[in-house]
Amino acid sequence: MSDRPLIVAGLTLFVGLVSTPIWHGALNREAAMAALHIKLPAREKQCVAPASYMRTSHMQLLEHWRNEAVRDGQRQFVAFNGKTYDKDPTRTCLTECHTDRKEFCERCHNYAGVSDPNCWNCHNDSHVASEGNS
Amino acid sequence: MKITRKDFLRLSGLGLLALAGRKAVRALSGWSFAQTSASAAKPIRWGMAFDLGKCRHKDGCNRCIQACHSTHNVPQFADRAHEIKWIWKEPFQNVFPAAQTDYTRDFYGSLPVLLACNHCDDPPCQDVCPVDATWRRDDGVVTIDFHRCIGCRYCMAACPYGSRSFNWQDPRPAIATVNPDFPTRTKGVVEKCNFCEERLAKGQGPACAESCEEKAIVFGDLEQPDSELRQLLRSRFAVQRKPELGTGPSVYYIV
Ligand code: SF4
Ligand code: SF4
Repeated sequence: MSDRPLIVAGLTLFVGLVSTPIWHGALNREAAMAALHIKLPAREKQCVAPASYMRTSHMQLLEHWRNEAVRDGQRQFVAFNGKTYDKDPTRTCLTECHTDRKEFCERCHNYAGVSDPNCWNCHNDSHVASEGNS
Repeated sequence: MKITRKDFLRLSGLGLLALAGRKAVRALSGWSFAQTSASAAKPIRWGMAFDLGKCRHKDGCNRCIQACHSTHNVPQFADRAHEIKWIWKEPFQNVFPAAQTDYTRDFYGSLPVLLACNHCDDPPCQDVCPVDATWRRDDGVVTIDFHRCIGCRYCMAACPYGSRSFNWQDPRPAIATVNPDFPTRTKGVVEKCNFCEERLAKGQGPACAESCEEKAIVFGDLEQPDSELRQLLRSRFAVQRKPELGTGPSVYYIV
């Protein structure tokens, strides 16, 4: 019975240590976001969907694009604002806007602790990279 | 109200009958709808013919092969074990071993014949793919979803024509100039001729047919009786590769 305070203290310490990543992230959220330094496109102000949606769901959107273009032959995407885009990650996403995938896709993926997107193993980015933004 | 056993049975029988009737009506109306919509949208079946006589006019011409390779970022490996093939040439005697005699072999045996995927009507490659990464589209093009291919190479074993190649290593270093508008592939996926489906989507014909100055490659809709391809197949004798297998190749050879 007299061990109770010890046990509680030990448990608290354990839970605190195990959850370090969570509360550390929560406390330093602002600083970490600022340090992310995501470069926004210079030419275009509006993405194919609202930025908040893209931030959380770009992977679903890209997967839809992929399946519709490859499987159903639907290669045009009509955006929420009525504009039409090609479902083409190289031309639409990279060439037009996010010309440096290392500074955009990969920086944010690293920040979020997700592995780098493997789109660019096949979809080409060499032409934008060589057009010089480094 | 009291229901006797007999009434109960009678009522449930009537209910079941009504249900079955409704199902039958639905099925029938569905069937007639499918019939009309199928006849409304005329089916397409893309096909191709290689005119071997015309192809022989220019010795050593490889324009079609080059056009295809630069359009589709096909890598060139020095090591034949890693070779990636979309459209290529083989000697006649290897392509049509049964279509020669001791006396024709002298002349025909070593003549080059163009090969590519036959875009079979009933493609065995599709049947064996465990992840649905390859399939025959409604327009007859047999295509591959490179995203989905797991590289098991079942399709390579199933294809009786050797039309498919496997990426044993990253193809990018072996591509001289990359065409940014067509994806390269990656290590571990299978690839082959896609009948230029990305060009068909833009209303263009295949790159090989367009590049041939001799007009030895004719592309068209096999379902359309007055297409250039069908007219050619009416006027000249043409064969398919291994038709006895029942795969229904869409590629014809005018010999
Ligand atoms: S030629 Fe081979 S790869 Fe092409 S559709 Fe027929 S079986 Fe499939
Ligand atoms: S190698 Fe790819 S396309 Fe071929 S059967 Fe396997 S998963 Fe399907």
